[in-house]
Order: sequence, then C-alpha cells, then structure tokens
Amino acid sequence: MPDHPASPDPAASVPAAVALRDITKRFGDLVANDGVTFDVRPGEVHALLGENGAGKTTLMRILYGLTMPDRGTIEVRGRPVHIGSPRDAIAAGIGMVTQHFSLVAPMTVAENLALGRVSGARLDREGMRDAVRRVSVAAELPIDPDARIADLSVGQQQRVEVLKALSRDCRVLILDEPTAVLVPQEVDALFTTLRRLVAGGLGVVFISHKLGEVRAISDRVSVLRRGQLVGTAPGDTDERELARMMVGRPTFGVERPPLAGDAGRTVVLHVGAVVADGARGLPALRGIDLEVAAGEVVGVAGVSGNGQTELVEVLAGMRAPTEGRVTVAGRDVTGLGPAGMMAAGVGRIPEDRRASLVMDLPVSLNLILERIDDFRGAAGLDHRRIERHARELIERYQIRATPRDPVRTLSGGNIQKVLLARVLEHDPRVVVVAQPTRGLDVGASEYVRSTLIARARGGAGVLLVSEDLDELLAVADRLVVMYEGRIVGSMATADADVDRLGMLMAGRLRASQAGTAA
Amino acid sequence: MTFLFDLLASTFRNATPLVYGTTGETITERSGVLNLGIEGTMYAGAFAGFAVAWQTGDPLLGLLAAVVVGLLAGAVMALLTVTLGANQHVAGLGLTIALVGLSEFSNRLLLSGSQAPRITPMPLWDPLAGFGDIGHVAQQYGLTYVAFLLVVPAAWWLLDRTPIGLSIRAVGEDPEAADAAGIRVARVRYFALMLGSALMAVGGAFLTLAVLGTFTLDIIAGRGWVCVALVIFGRWRIGRGVLGALLFSFVYSLGLRLQIMDGWQGVPPEIMLALPYLAVIAALAISGRNVAYPGAYLKPYRRS
Repeated sequence: MPDHPASPDPAASVPAAVALRDITKRFGDLVANDGVTFDVRPGEVHALLGENGAGKTTLMRILYGLTMPDRGTIEVRGRPVHIGSPRDAIAAGIGMVTQHFSLVAPMTVAENLALGRVSGARLDREGMRDAVRRVSVAAELPIDPDARIADLSVGQQQRVEVLKALSRDCRVLILDEPTAVLVPQEVDALFTTLRRLVAGGLGVVFISHKLGEVRAISDRVSVLRRGQLVGTAPGDTDERELARMMVGRPTFGVERPPLAGDAGRTVVLHVGAVVADGARGLPALRGIDLEVAAGEVVGVAGVSGNGQTELVEVLAGMRAPTEGRVTVAGRDVTGLGPAGMMAAGVGRIPEDRRASLVMDLPVSLNLILERIDDFRGAAGLDHRRIERHARELIERYQIRATPRDPVRTLSGGNIQKVLLARVLEHDPRVVVVAQPTRGLDVGASEYVRSTLIARARGGAGVLLVSEDLDELLAVADRLVVMYEGRIVGSMATADADVDRLGMLMAGRLRASQAGTAA
Repeated sequence: MTFLFDLLASTFRNATPLVYGTTGETITERSGVLNLGIEGTMYAGAFAGFAVAWQTGDPLLGLLAAVVVGLLAGAVMALLTVTLGANQHVAGLGLTIALVGLSEFSNRLLLSGSQAPRITPMPLWDPLAGFGDIGHVAQQYGLTYVAFLLVVPAAWWLLDRTPIGLSIRAVGEDPEAADAAGIRVARVRYFALMLGSALMAVGGAFLTLAVLGTFTLDIIAGRGWVCVALVIFGRWRIGRGVLGALLFSFVYSLGLRLQIMDGWQGVPPEIMLALPYLAVIAALAISGRNVAYPGAYLKPYRRS
C-alpha cells in the first residue's frame, strides 16, 4: 500500500498544544505503540482512528499519565514535559474523558468536580455548587450540581466528565470513544458542543473506530494500525480511503444472502410476555414478546442496560422469568436451568466470554465442558477422543491454537471461536449471542458474523444482541429495539433508518405496534 | 432506678473501646481497606500504653505511646496492602497475630516479675456528683468523654465535611476515578489507615490505663472483631456504628448484671456472656442484607 505522509497543513505554523514524539509501549510480547508521533493544535479536532486493539487508548493513557511509555517524549506547547501521573497531566492543561468514566458513582456532580482540587479544613459545599454552575453556564452544558452520578444517564455522565475537564482549564481534551455509549441524537449534541469548544481555542483528540463520525467532526485524522501510525490525513478524506488505511484493505463487511422463500415459517423460539427481575431485584424485563424463525437472524438493538443482559440470561436458563412463557420449537421450556435449555436446543454465546470458559484449562477440555458425559471412557475421561474432537473443531473453525493450549493464552478472536465451536457443535435450534465481536479485530469479527449468518441460513434461528448498530444492520434480517425492559419497535433491516432507530433506542418513540415483534 | 442508671453508666463505659475501634475501622474501610489488624492494634495499644505509663508513672505518656504504636501499626498495614498490594484479609490477620505475639513477648520481658505490676488508673470524672443517681451516669473516665464528645463528631466531620474526607471516600469507592482526578490514592489510604489505627490503639489503651490499671493476657478478648462487625452494622456511617457499639455494650452490661441478680442464678453464665454476640449476629442478619460496600473494598489499586 502507498505511504500516507502527513498532509500539507495550512495551520502548520501554529505550535502544537500537545505533541507526543516517538512513543513506544510494550505489554509483554504485545507492542501497543511502536514509535508513534502525534500532535494536536489549539482549535482543532484531531481524530485518532483505528480498530480495537490498534493502540489508540494506550497512546492517550500515556498522554494522560495513566500509563508509562517505554520510550518517547511528550511536549506541551513546544516544551518537553514529564507526565508521571494524571496530576501532572491536569497541571499541563490536559483533560481526558475515558471510555469507562472516571466518576465516583455514589457522589454528586459537585463532589466529583471538586475531587482532588479542594483543600483546607472545610468543604465549601455552596462554593462547589457555584463552581459547577459557572463552568456549566460557560460551556452551555446544563447540569444539576446536586445530582448523584449513579442517577444520571450515560450521556449526562459524559457531560459531567467534559465539565470536569473544562473546570480545570484544560487546553487539550481527549475523548476516548465518546460516542460508543450514546444514541445518535446524543452524538449530534456532543458534536455541537465540541464545535463550540474548539471555536473557543480548545484542542480535541477524538478517539474512534467509526469512519462516519470521524469525518463529521475532525480537522485531521491520524490512523493507527497494530500500534503503528499509518499516516495523517485531512478530516474530509474519503471514507473508503480511511477504511483502507485502518484495516489495510479497501472494503470490509459481510455478505448476507437473501432469506430463503420458506424462511420465517417455522418459529423456533417464542418468547411470550416474559417478565423478569434484574440483578438488584428491580424489574428488568416488563413483558417481552419475541419470535425467531428458523433461517433468520433477529437483531436486538438498544443502549446497554435496558434489559438485554437479562433477556439473554432468561434464554440461557440463568434467570427464571416471573411471568410469561418461553418455547423452543414448540416445547415449553419456561424456567428450565442452563442444562435444560441446552438440551432443548438453545446455544448461548454470552457477552462475557471469559466467564464462559475456564481460562486455565486447555482448549480441548473447554470444547467439551458442556457435554462432559459424552466423553466418558472406561476410567474417567477419554482423553484420546477429547483431543481428536478438539483437532476437528480447531480445523473446522480456524482456531489458531493447539488442543493443549490453555485458553488464557489465546487472542480474543480465537477465544470467541472456541466458544462458537463449542456452542454450534450441539447443532442448536436457537443460537442466542450477545456482543459477539466486542473487542475483536476486523478479521475475527467478519468470521464470527459470517458464521452466524451461515448458521441461520443452515436452519437455526439466531438472536443477536449487540450495541453495534452497524453490526446489526449488516447481520440481522429483522431488528427489534429494547428500551426499559420492553420491545419498543420492530422492523425489517431493509426498511431500517438510523434516525428512527436512534429515537427508539432513546425511548423517545414508541412504535404503534409496540411490544409485538413477530 | 439505681439499677437502670448503673446499667447506663456501665453501657457507656463498656462501649468506649468499641467506639474508638469502630470509628477507626470505619475510617480505614471508607478508604477501601479492611483492616483486620484491628484486634492486634488494640492489643498492642493496650500493652504499650500500660508499659509506658508504668515505667514513667504518667498515664498521659502511656496514651501517647498507644497513639504512636497505632500509627506504626497503620503504617505497616498500609505498606502491606497499599504499597505491596497484599491480600487485605491475610495482611490484617497476620498483623494481628504479630502484634499480639509481640505484645505478649514484650510483656514477659518487661513486666513479668513476682507479681503483676499495677498503675493508678486514670480518674473518673464526676461532673454531676450532686445529682444523685442520674449523676451516676455522668461518672465516666476522661477517655469516654473524649470518645463521645470529641472523637465521634470529629470523625463524622472529617469524613463528611472536609476535603480530605472527600478524598478518603473517593479512593474507597473508585480509586481509578480518584487518581484521574489528581488525588494521590496511596497517600490518602496511608493517612486513613494510620489515623484509624491510632484510634483503635487508644481504644485498647483505655482498658489498661483507665478501667483495669494493669495489663492481662487476652485483654482485648475479641473486641476488635466486634468492631469489624459493627462497621458493617453501621453501614460505614460513624453515627450508626456508635449506635451499634452502644447496643452491644448495653446487652453486655445487662448480662453482667443479671448474672448476680436474684432469680437469674439458674441461667448459665455462658449464655449471659454470649448474649451481646448473639445480638450482633442477629442485628447483622437483619440489617446486613443488601448493604452497599465501599466500591473498592478489598481491592488494591495499581496503575497499569
């Protein structure tokens, strides 16, 4: 592929607000950053684009003093500085909104903004509230100083994070995947805010792996791939070109063959008026109706925390519904445990892969964990058969490992393939899968997605829960949207439009046929 | 009526070491560190306080020695759990075993002779001497007045109303967020552990310097563990923890009195002695469900 030299810059004469030079960071064998140079000027949005695991977050954690680089220097307005802790970074005028917010949940907005900045013998609560009001008015981001963080929506929490950085007079603001947790309308609001702040002279580093967003907001884009800087391009660079820089080839995506003519006729999973409590005993599912037919992929969209986790748990037999019925291929399976659900033909690929495998056991044993009884020999386990079984699956699912490797040593993509192999080996009638590509690289994601589609077209019903709208639009034949424990909308993917999905996900719209999804 | 007022007086007296211990443990736990060194810290405070008071003849110097020993014990606990990131259960139990052993060993070296040494205990204050039986309730040691009138309100003020208290609560709930906000997590935890342990040691010294005037083996007798339970009972609030200490002490004092009363002689004394512990277990079982532990409870913090 051709080189991407830094593009000609009209603003090159402006000194960078912050510059990282030749940063290298290793974690064991993994080179997270390999000689990366990156800068941001006052009054610009400089996007840092790359796939999951490309090293974007590591680079910015180094700038914010949360991670120490092995090599390289940091300059603030042309002068080299040492940043050994977030304290140093804050003092240098750098603010960061991390992906997982750095807010103390049981405390109020005012307390969080005061953290680490107040001293003396007495907390001046009125002064703390005033400080919130002042920065909130100046940034035109209204917030209640006395609200507890735990009671705020994710979008509001992000607003608190931005205000926290601004209240410390930061000149450079790092946003790590700020849109990942937002619905489309909130993204628009965030962008409006950012444009206003940048016009006031703030420099913004915008970390993302979403091409559309990056083009919408950035003045410049730097692309990282496997820890290396691929190049820096103007913000209006063509999407295909950015994608090529990011993944090393011009296009990506999966083929979704059209539904067969008889698809949708045999319902394999029926969920009727299911009500269930969540982890803290609060109602999480408030009457879910859902059908999945053989041959189709049904996608469940929604902002996390709206009952998706509980729905998957009910279908896996890990959580008993308090009301309603679940049937698989016509058989009532309501309230069965995990073993019963598995026997009834439900295969589950859960959100937390690491909790579903025994990380210290070898691949071969993890592959039979759900059906140990089938591998009994004369005395204990029949290890020869287990190993042969593992070899077969490793071959068929392209797992890069040997049967004896502990699962712990595998990459995220290969771990997910072990799970896929284990579940699909049962030939399940229904596959329930949650966030299957979170944290995987593009190659592994494509493999997982196309395997799911192939399995559906092969006759299974697939229920795909994902927070990645692009993934749902690419893989699912039909979409339902969950909001506060209910299904608030349903549509064929072909008719889906992102604005409407966003409104449904934000709970601002209820489909007229709310609740019915068949 | 005399019975009731005596019972109340005894309740406050017996609650005093528990109030110091519970307040100290609440402060350390709010910073995210469970300090099971409390039993040993109280023991070492009791011993060091007595030993210095006996050698110098000044109980106040003894009290000072207890404070110093408490600060040191807290610093050791912090070194183990904050700097080295050791498991808090293991570090705390180990510290208790070490401090109990050290105290008993030193006791043998220093004080074992023909007969157990004694000091003149700290005097009782009697501000309401002229008020008859009610005045009896106010007849308490100075350290009891200090506990209820000074330490408890000050600890509450510290945690709730001061910047350092805000930092303690922040590192106990979410050290990563506190770090990102520029708080020095390790320093705050050292502070909380040392301050809390000093209070625990004073609680122990109260027994030797004020109540008994001598040091005996097993003098703490599990009071430290009771404090750990009272912190949970109090849901990490100073006020509720003190309330728990008073409740425990009330049942304890009642049991002691019933043992020597007519009509109760048939009840085995073991049952009377067990009563306060049973009361704590029952209280924990009732109020201990669904408690929200500090977010970073038991978790060491390390930047990657």
